[in-house]
Amino acid sequence: MSLNKNGIAKRIAQELQNGFYVNLGIGIPTLVANYVTPELEVEFQSENGVLGMGPFPLAGEEDADLINAGKQTITTLPGASFFDSATSFGMIRGKHVDLTVLGAMEVDQTGAIANWKIPGKLVKGMGGAMDLVASADNIIVAMMHTDRHGNSKLKTKCSLPLTGVDCVKRIVTNLAVIDIIEDGFLLKERAPNVEIHQIVKATEGVLIIPENVKEMELN
Amino acid sequence: MITKTVENISRALEGIKSGMTLMLGGFGLCGIPENLIKVLANSTYSEFTCISANVGVDDYGLGLLFKEKKVKTMISSYVGENAEFERQMLSNEIEVILTPMGTLAEKCRAAQMGIPAFYTPAGFGTEIAEGKEIRTFQSKKYILEEAYQADFALIKAWKGDHAGNLIFRGTAKNFNSIMTGAAKTTVVEVEKLVPVGMLDPNEIHTPGIFVDRIFQGESFEKRIENLTNSSPQ
Repeated sequence: MSLNKNGIAKRIAQELQNGFYVNLGIGIPTLVANYVTPELEVEFQSENGVLGMGPFPLAGEEDADLINAGKQTITTLPGASFFDSATSFGMIRGKHVDLTVLGAMEVDQTGAIANWKIPGKLVKGMGGAMDLVASADNIIVAMMHTDRHGNSKLKTKCSLPLTGVDCVKRIVTNLAVIDIIEDGFLLKERAPNVEIHQIVKATEGVLIIPENVKEMELN
Repeated sequence: MITKTVENISRALEGIKSGMTLMLGGFGLCGIPENLIKVLANSTYSEFTCISANVGVDDYGLGLLFKEKKVKTMISSYVGENAEFERQMLSNEIEVILTPMGTLAEKCRAAQMGIPAFYTPAGFGTEIAEGKEIRTFQSKKYILEEAYQADFALIKAWKGDHAGNLIFRGTAKNFNSIMTGAAKTTVVEVEKLVPVGMLDPNEIHTPGIFVDRIFQGESFEKRIENLTNSSPQ
C-alpha cells in the first residue's frame, strides 16, 4: 500500500540528525516536524526570520508578530532567535542550514526541480524556493509520485518552468525513496507493500533498480 | 543628539510624489507600516512602483493600495491571497516582477549598505536568470543582481526613540530592518516612540543613522493572516 502524506513525512523525519538546522517548506514538509523524536536536537528555521520554531500556539495565545513563511502563527522554543530576511537567506546561501525539505510539481533525473509556475495558470511567485534549492547541499523533495491524473512527477526532463537545476539529491514519495545519481533515479527503498513494478510504472525517467531494494521501516 | 521625530504622518510623507518607487517593510501582514499605507491609499498620489515581499489581502495592508489603484509596478516574491491584485495582474493593469525572496532581501540590504550589485546562485538555470550576467566561482554558477533604487522606504518598528534608533519584535523584523536606509528617504512608524535614553544602546537593532523620519503610529490593528492553533493535548 502506498503511503499517505503523513507517511511520507514520517519517513523524511528519519533523515534528521542530531544538531541539524532544518528548513521545512509548505505542505507535506511541514508535517515532518510532527515526527521528530524529542531526544533529537534539531532546530527549525523559517525563511522570513526565525530559528527555533515550536508548535502552533494554543487558541488565544497567538501573536501577530510571530509567524512562519506560510504566514501561520507560531511559537518559539527556548534558544530561539529572530533576524531579518536577508540574514535568514544568508543562513541558507551560506550553507548553515543543514537540511531543506520542500514539495515539487516535477523533479527530473538530472536533479532539476519545478515547483513554482504552471504556464497558463495563475502564477503566485517563487517565494524562497529558488534561493533554497540553489543554495542547500542537502535537499529532500517530498511529494506524491504521480499527479492527480496519474502522470509521473519523476521526469526524464522537467516540462514546467524550473525552480533550480542540478540540486535535488533525494526524493521521498508515497511509493519510494529515490536518490538522484549521474545515470538517473536510483531506487533506494520502496514503501511498505509496494511492488517494484508499481514504482517502475509511476516513474517516467530512467529508474535504476538495485538487486535488493529494502522496504521502508516506518515502525 | 540629532532628532528624527516628525509631529505627524503628513510630515512623515512630505516629498512623496506619484510615480515614485517605494519599499514597504513586512512579510504577509506581519510588520507592515499599516498607518503609512492607509494614508497613501487615501492620497491623491498614484503610479507607484512598490517593492515588498507580498501584496497584502484585499481590504488590509498593501491590499489597500491595489484597491485604490495606486500601483503601476509591483516587485514581489509571492503574490497570493489577494483577489483584487490578482484581477489587476491578469488584466495587465499592473506590471508584476517576481523575484526570489532571498534575492529581494539582498537587493534591499545591498541598497542599504552601499553595494551596487552582488552574485547569487538563486535562479540560475531558470527564467529569472534570463538577460543577467552569469559568473562562475569555485565551479558554481551565479547570477548578478543589482541593488534596488528607491525613493522612499516605509518601515514599521516596535519601539523607536527620537534619535531614530529602532527595535523590532519577533518575525516583524523581516524586511523592515534591511529596507531602513535603503531608499533616499526612510520613514518609520513605531508602536512605541520613547525619549532618547530609554532604549539600551546594546539592544538597538537598527541605529538611527539609517532613519530620516520617525513618528508614533496612530493605531495598529496587526491583523493575523493565517491563524493556526494547536489543539490542547
